[in-house]
Parts: sequence; C-alpha cells; structure tokens
Amino acid sequence: MDENLKREIMLENYMHPLNKEVVNDNTYIKVNTNNESCIDNLDIYLKIENNVIKDIKFMGEACAISTSSTSIMIKNLIGKTIKEAKEYITNFENMVEEKNYDSNILNEAIVYNEIYKQNNRKHCALLPYVGIKKILDNYQ
Amino acid sequence: MNREDFPMLKNDIVYLDNGATTLKPYCVIEKTTEYYEKYSANAHRGDYDISYKVDMEYENTRDLVRKFINAKHKEEIIFTSGATDSLNKIIFGFFGKYLEEGDEVIISISEHASNVLPWFKLANELGIVIKYVPLDDNLYVTIDNLKKVITNKTKVISLAHITNVIGDVRPIKEICKLAHSIDAFVVVDASQSAPHMKIDVQDLDCDFLAFSAHKMLGPTGVGVLYGKKELLENLEPTTYGGGMNESFDSPDEIYLKELPARLEAGTPNIAGVIAFGEALKYLENIGMDNILAHEQKLRKYLIDKLIKIPHIDIINLESDSGIVAFNVDGIFSQDVAYYLNKYNFCVRAGSHCAKILKKGVGVTNTCRVSIYLYNTESEMDNLVELLKDKEKILKEML
Ligand SMILES: Cc1ncc(COP(=O)(O)O)c(C=O)c1O
Repeated sequence: MDENLKREIMLENYMHPLNKEVVNDNTYIKVNTNNESCIDNLDIYLKIENNVIKDIKFMGEACAISTSSTSIMIKNLIGKTIKEAKEYITNFENMVEEKNYDSNILNEAIVYNEIYKQNNRKHCALLPYVGIKKILDNYQ
Repeated sequence: MNREDFPMLKNDIVYLDNGATTLKPYCVIEKTTEYYEKYSANAHRGDYDISYKVDMEYENTRDLVRKFINAKHKEEIIFTSGATDSLNKIIFGFFGKYLEEGDEVIISISEHASNVLPWFKLANELGIVIKYVPLDDNLYVTIDNLKKVITNKTKVISLAHITNVIGDVRPIKEICKLAHSIDAFVVVDASQSAPHMKIDVQDLDCDFLAFSAHKMLGPTGVGVLYGKKELLENLEPTTYGGGMNESFDSPDEIYLKELPARLEAGTPNIAGVIAFGEALKYLENIGMDNILAHEQKLRKYLIDKLIKIPHIDIINLESDSGIVAFNVDGIFSQDVAYYLNKYNFCVRAGSHCAKILKKGVGVTNTCRVSIYLYNTESEMDNLVELLKDKEKILKEML
C-alpha cells in the first residue's frame, strides 16, 4: 500500500476513531492498557455474548498510532468469535514483529506493516491488543 | 552561550529537554576521565598517595557545594545518588521517625513523584495526612493559599523550589518564615532551581534541600542532600555498611561516624562527585544570575512567537524560569514530540512525573520545552517554524 494512503488511513482513524466513548454499562468488561515507556493510556470495553464479540469501545489519551490502531482493531474484531479474534490478534502481532502472517485477514490493519522500521513505535500499534488479550485470555 | 564547550551539541541536535537532564561540558567529562586514569582509588580508605588525592578531590566538591548553596557547615552537605535518593533519605530517615499519626504534611499537586510517593508511603505506614496547597490561576503557590491549609497539626511543608511542569518559583523564604512560626519544617526540592538560580540556604532558612548533579551539567548518579546540622544529626541512616561506622561488635554495640560520613554508606560515586565539582565551578564562572537572565530572555522570545500561532495552546503563560509547556490543538503531545524528533529536536511529552497535577488543572499531557544556558534564539526560531504549520505536523508525525 502506498505510503500516503497508509498515512491517510491512520490519520482518519486518529481524528475520527470508531467507538471512542465512555461506557457506563456493566455488560461490558473493562480493561486498562498503558505503556510503561510513554504516556498512552486507554480503557477498552468489551461486550461478549455466546463467544462472539458484540461490541468494543474505548476511551483515554494516546498517540496517533495507538489511537488509530485501536480504532482499526475495533472495526475488525466486532462480530468475530473469540477464536477468530485470537487468530486475528496473533496475525497482527506477527506482522508488527516481522514474522510470517496472513495479510488477507488483517484488512485495514496492514497499514502498520512497516511499523517495525520505527522500533520505538511498535508498542504504540500493539497497545490496544495488549489490553484486549488480557480480556480474551481470561474469558471463560 | 558557551556552545563550543558541549560535545553533544556537535551532534546536530536541538536539545530542549533540560528539565530531564542536561548536556555536559568538556571539563566535566575530562574530570571523570582524569579520576579513572590518574587516581582511580577508593575514598576514605587507603594510606597511599592516590587515595589521599581522591579524598582531597572528593571533599573539595563538598566544599564547592557548600559555597554554591551557602551552607554554614561542610558536614551539612551529604552526597547521594540523586534528588530522589536525597528526598527519600530526608522523608524516611528524618520524618519517618519524627512524625506521628494525624500529623499533617503540605505538598502541592505539581510536585514531582519523588516528593509525593515517599509521603504517600509514610501516610500508609504512619497515618500522617497529606494536604495540598491550592494553586492560583497561574498554578502558583501563594502564602495566602498556604495559610488556608495550615492547621495546628501541620508539621512539614514539602515543595519544589521550581516545578518541573510550570516552572514557577515558589516563595521559599516566606514559606520558611511562616512554617517556622508554627514549628513546622520545610523541605525544598531544588532539582529544578539549583541548575538555574542562586540558592542561599541560610537566607532561605529551609530545613532540608535536595537536588541532582545531572540537571546542572554534572554527571548522573550524584545528588545532594542538605540539612541543617542539628536536624541531620537526627536523620537516621537508611543505609548501613562500610564507611559510615566507627565500630560494631554486636547489635547493641554499633558506633556510627560523625556527619557527613554517617549518611554516606558504601563506596560513593567518586568519579561523579569529583566531576560535579567541575560543573559547579563552570556554572559559577558564568554566574547563576546570568544563566537565569539568559533563560528568561529566551523564554520570552519563544513565548512572544508561539502566542501568535493560533493552534498552539500555552499552558504556562506566566513562568519565572525557562520552561514552556504547550499543546498543539487536537494533536496528542507525544505525536508533536515525535514530529519534532524527525528534525532532531529533543522535547519532552508527558505529565513530567507530576502525575497528580492532572487532577487539579485538567491538563493531562503537554509538550515541554526546558531551556538552558546553551540554547539560542535561532533554535527557538527553528522550533517556531516547525510548529507554525499544523498540516505539516499532521502529515509528518506518523
Ligand atoms: C522537581 C523534580 N524533583 C525531583 C526530580 C528527581 O530527580 P532525579 O531523577 O535526578 O532523582 C526531578 C527530575 O526530574 C524534578 O524535576
């Protein structure tokens, strides 16, 4: 994908992120995710029914990479089963860590396929995934 | 000024994160090397020439520090690993023994973590109560506001001399007068003031004071703990070991050394302390008043330009030192810092370790420019040029 297009997609998701809103609904599971080395700090809210991710919302302050990555992740995970979501997440992580991955299932998230070139930004792209995994791994 | 003295400035960077740490001049770097090359021995130990030389050099820095802050006695100067270490020693070693349940400590919401967390810990352990002096509209501490939170249980006022976020100078002398009138102690975190302005502990009449060498052209890993002699005598060591004891035969027969050795257990950062002496001489040579004047002038120069840019929101329009905290409208501070980094500008994004500040002023994160003696008008011009065009920032920050 062309550099400019990638930047545009990230910027669009940063300026107008999907589902960035406060949640006061106890059918959602909440998790906080933040970076030790920087100041990103997000709360992620997840609603699961019958092993399917029904909805995800988030709130907090984070950089353009983290915020856009969260927005794109949300678009991709809503409607997936937990198993599918985990597969998706592993693929994303593999891409960021320069391992083998299946680009077909990542959709828009492939805009981060060269983030490894900026070592200090990898954790930004991964930030929402760290949070969501905490929920999925503990979900029975 | 003096840019040619700083090797880091040959690396084509614009260093504007002096609140975090400062660059080192050649004389400091060379002094470190001199120790390792010419008299690399331990202090207070050997009976041979180079060890004696180490003692001379090490104690010479103590005397330079004493003069630098105009302490009355040399033994009031304790070397630590940094301001954090100094504050912990003061808070746990002195106040941990002295304070009782219900006693009140006044701090502010713009304190650095190292002047907050040790107090929180004491609050949990001893049941002391932490109170916050309200800040005025400019986020300043005023005597009137202090009076509002002082009660007959107030035992300590612990404040930064200059804060690391706003850069305001607190009226420490008046605060000490007020505190002493009610028999309370004053702890001064001078981390951001000692590098930039003349400090006279006798004139201020503060009880304890802490700062770090690395924020004032000196090496990392060296700090100063100042305390009035009669108080230091009652500061219980938090570290025990070699160098601080006279003799010990059994648990009830421990004899400790006099000040300052009693509070400097173990082998200190000898190279660091010795080289710190050079930093102090270097600063004195330029003159602290000249340094502060330079920073204030440069700050005004920058503010006058930034204020004209509509998408720049300056957090601390008023400030007495060289700190400018700002945000670019609609852009996360860290993205601005990343963008500037692409042009080799080093500025800091974040809450600057004053994490509880956000409670009070609704400012969570900012970009911080902190100026020092080697910064120039042309650096400010270039910074303003980079910040002028918001579209450019949005385009290039990713
Ligand atoms: C106001 C203030 N206090 C304390 C510290 C802690 O200094 P150090 O990390 O050198 O111990 C800093 C450094 O950031 C500071 O700005």
